[in-house]
Amino acid sequence: MLSIISNENYRMIPPLVRRGLFLAPLLWLAGCNTVVLNPSGDIAAQQADLVVISTLLMLLIIVPVMFLICLFAWRYRKSNTSAKYEPNWDHSTKLELLIWGAPLLIIIVLGAITWIYTHLLDPYRPLSRIDHERPLAAHVKPMEIQVVALDWKWMFIYPEQGIATVNELYTPIDVPVRFKLTSTTVMNAFYIPALAGMIYTMPSMQTELNAVMNKVGVYDGFSANYSGAGFSQMRFKYHGVTQADFDAWVAKAKASGGGELNRAEFIALDKPTIKHPIMHFATVEQGLFDRVVNRCVADGAVCMNEQMHNDAKRVKAAVVAKQLEAEVCETDVATAAVAAPTIRKE
Amino acid sequence: MTMSDTNLNTSTSLIMGKLSWAAIPLHEPILIGTFAGVALGGILFLALMFKFQLWGTLWRNWITSIDHKRIGIMYMVLGIIMLLRGFADAIMMRAQQAMAFGDNPGFLPPHHFDQVFTAHGTIMIFFVAMPLVTGLMNYVVPLQIGARDVAFPFLNNFSFWMTTFGAMLTMASLFIGEFAKTGWLAFPPLSGIMASPDVGVDYYIWSLQVAGVGTTLSGVNLIATIVKMRAPGMDLMKMPVFTWTSLCTNALIVATFPILTVTLAMLSLDRMVGTNFFTNDLGGNPMLYVNLIWIWGHPEVYILVLPVFGVFSEIVSTFSSKRLFGYTSMVYATVVITILSYLVWLHHFFTMGSGASVNSFFGITTMIISIPTGAKIFNWLFTMYKGRIRFEVPMLWTIGFMLTFVIGGMTGVMLAVPPADFVLHNSLFLIAHFHNVIIGGVVFGLFAGINFWFPKAFGYKLDAFWGKVSFWCWLVGFWVAFTPLYVMGFMGVTRRMNHFDDPSLQKWFIIAAIGALIIAAGIGAFLVQLYVSFMNREKLRDVTGDPWGGRTLEWATSSPPPDYNFAFTPVVHDSDSWADMKENNYQRPKSGFVAIHMPKNTEMGFIIAAISFVVGFALIWHMWLLAGLSFVAMMVAIIVHTFNYKRDYYIPAEEVVRTEEAHTRLLERHV
Repeated sequence: MLSIISNENYRMIPPLVRRGLFLAPLLWLAGCNTVVLNPSGDIAAQQADLVVISTLLMLLIIVPVMFLICLFAWRYRKSNTSAKYEPNWDHSTKLELLIWGAPLLIIIVLGAITWIYTHLLDPYRPLSRIDHERPLAAHVKPMEIQVVALDWKWMFIYPEQGIATVNELYTPIDVPVRFKLTSTTVMNAFYIPALAGMIYTMPSMQTELNAVMNKVGVYDGFSANYSGAGFSQMRFKYHGVTQADFDAWVAKAKASGGGELNRAEFIALDKPTIKHPIMHFATVEQGLFDRVVNRCVADGAVCMNEQMHNDAKRVKAAVVAKQLEAEVCETDVATAAVAAPTIRKE
Repeated sequence: MTMSDTNLNTSTSLIMGKLSWAAIPLHEPILIGTFAGVALGGILFLALMFKFQLWGTLWRNWITSIDHKRIGIMYMVLGIIMLLRGFADAIMMRAQQAMAFGDNPGFLPPHHFDQVFTAHGTIMIFFVAMPLVTGLMNYVVPLQIGARDVAFPFLNNFSFWMTTFGAMLTMASLFIGEFAKTGWLAFPPLSGIMASPDVGVDYYIWSLQVAGVGTTLSGVNLIATIVKMRAPGMDLMKMPVFTWTSLCTNALIVATFPILTVTLAMLSLDRMVGTNFFTNDLGGNPMLYVNLIWIWGHPEVYILVLPVFGVFSEIVSTFSSKRLFGYTSMVYATVVITILSYLVWLHHFFTMGSGASVNSFFGITTMIISIPTGAKIFNWLFTMYKGRIRFEVPMLWTIGFMLTFVIGGMTGVMLAVPPADFVLHNSLFLIAHFHNVIIGGVVFGLFAGINFWFPKAFGYKLDAFWGKVSFWCWLVGFWVAFTPLYVMGFMGVTRRMNHFDDPSLQKWFIIAAIGALIIAAGIGAFLVQLYVSFMNREKLRDVTGDPWGGRTLEWATSSPPPDYNFAFTPVVHDSDSWADMKENNYQRPKSGFVAIHMPKNTEMGFIIAAISFVVGFALIWHMWLLAGLSFVAMMVAIIVHTFNYKRDYYIPAEEVVRTEEAHTRLLERHV
């Protein structure tokens, strides 16, 4: 179902890596469904390149070391009396420089690559290209999808389209997508290997993932962080489709009669289930995702952001009040001496 | 809801807490079978103990012993027994994952499978690797530095029993209640009271709390021993490398285990009294736990691997009959690793949404650790260069380690590149990586060390044939078991799954299961090796005390060493002090022996640790009355022990003379 190195995919790999690939022992894996090394989304493809580059860089030192281990073990075996034996030879400044310097050089190169690509491929960073040939025009706004991990299913809210689904994800290809993710009870990790690296979904927190799919296809998505009894079945199909097919799918979802995903519906869905069937909702209650993040879906629950805002306001007011008092006191030293203990008591 | 609401209502619950007959897993055939096996084994053990009347010697010479050598051996026994349990878990996981495809749910339902992988990780790290590493350090370090015991002999005994009773709490969860279903680090919110209301996580917490006290105190003990009790002339840069790595490891233990203790205490407060450190609501933050546990957890892997780096250093130079290449850079590499191990913890959760600069920082510090580690590999390599290598069993393990470990190091650096980690994190690639360094590094090192120092501890060598069988089974088994996991990591297969939909994966899991069976054969061969060597002990006898041409002080004594280790404290002039003494025609002193001041055995370590087991058990089940009473009893026992002033005795000079003359006769007969 998932492709092996195809021509098109192959061209996405930078020339340096392409040449290196023939040397890499990883190549024999090409026969398997090694989706991580041969993904269909631009972000995942660049991440796969880094896997290959870092491997090659380290093989520069690993291969000679492994060779030398075997060579020395064989050559200096006890029965080989023709080999030199120097029982007290235990230091060589030149060799010390080499054994600290060579790994250091490789790590400097790899460290520089790491610094650059960690920033370029930061999941929070808006995309700058669709793939290695097509830069992204500055005015293009990514499509937003809100992801909620529930026990043990995935909910996807499309705020721009006004629909929501459970356990089914569609996006148009070559369109940058910004996932905003959270969770209701425990931690999960949102992972579609063909699309982009994983990102955790955590209750009361929001994470973000920017990615783009380049090839039409049906791919696996799942939770990559153990989350309890239903974890193994917490999987969904991700469909990368053309824009036309996507619009048709949205229209179908709207017409499906799935009703509104409102707070009551959400609370019902939040109950643990395993192998939850695919669901479509024609409309979504305004601000539902923010309520999930701030843990105030239930009636009467105070939203965390409001609570924190109020707390901050109260503390600020208290500080201002104290300062005022102190300023008033400072005007009269004698009063201040009397007033100080009272202030401390508060 | 807090558990106390329901539990403090009746007086029965005050006594029994949450414990009832329902906690006994009568409906689990696997557990009933295991219990029957354990019970039979236990009865057989008791019968043999009575038949050979060994209770007295067990109590006097082992349980109450404060001799670092006997405690070291007991740690090793604990580690090997727990290895069998942890490995049984591994076999169950491999079997489940090899069969649970499509319509076949396998033989382990999720609630059982999830306990199995949690217990596997917890047991292998805390109750296999830690006791084995601590056991080696306990046995070897005082001998290597020319000391008669550790700095705090009673504490040593107490530490061992705390570790053992912690292990026993984990084992108790098999038959009374259940173990955690959270993964071996018990991340909240999954380990919180909302998602895990049963006693599993409490078993996890209190097992580790009890054992953690032992580990921390044993760290304090060994630091004090190494810092204060070295033989005259042995300055820091003349310490054997194993002692150096032990010092660094124990510094790490003392600095990090308190973090674990505090973190678990906070988690148990969350669970028991409703604080909100790590909860989703009311200002709690689960990521705080993740940070704290990994600030302990990452140094922990260096706690395990540093001592075995020391083991390999001793073995490479001994079996190459050559000084260790680059002693100074070896020491600096160890110290650099020790320090850097504190600066990398975030690499365990790049994928939790930290910013790019934070991720790069921790990625690059992780890569930097590979430099001193690489330097160590090179140092061993150049120790072999221009040597005369004898391929005895310890050396085989060492070469197997070097070839295996470099691959594990490479995959580790790959995972340290954050964008690469995004696609490999939590995958079977990660599982293969850390087993590659833990098995290929720590376990190989432990077997190398066991084969190396066994003749010192028991007076006879281990059988080489079965040792080689064991080594090859482990080496081949490791690669057969974990190469498929590396491959499946590239297929995007994630860890801790109890069922798979994609049938094309099954062949890989079957290969991995075969690998696990080969490793099982390796463990079996090791047990056969112990048995065969015991039966042939007269043939394998080491009369010289120095069977391998050793280079450090432990080989200067008899095998096994006398209770007092050294009749006279040796004087050290070189880092390879015994090799140096041999070169300079050292003559063993044969007269002038005096009485030797030694610490006295005590049963209090065992008793206090046993009571702390009861405290832990009572807290797990919320038996508040028992918890309170046993806590008071423990405090009383500790206070009573402080008034025990009869803690030492003298081995009379005549006995020292007798022991030393026996050794002299033995040496002369075999020259």
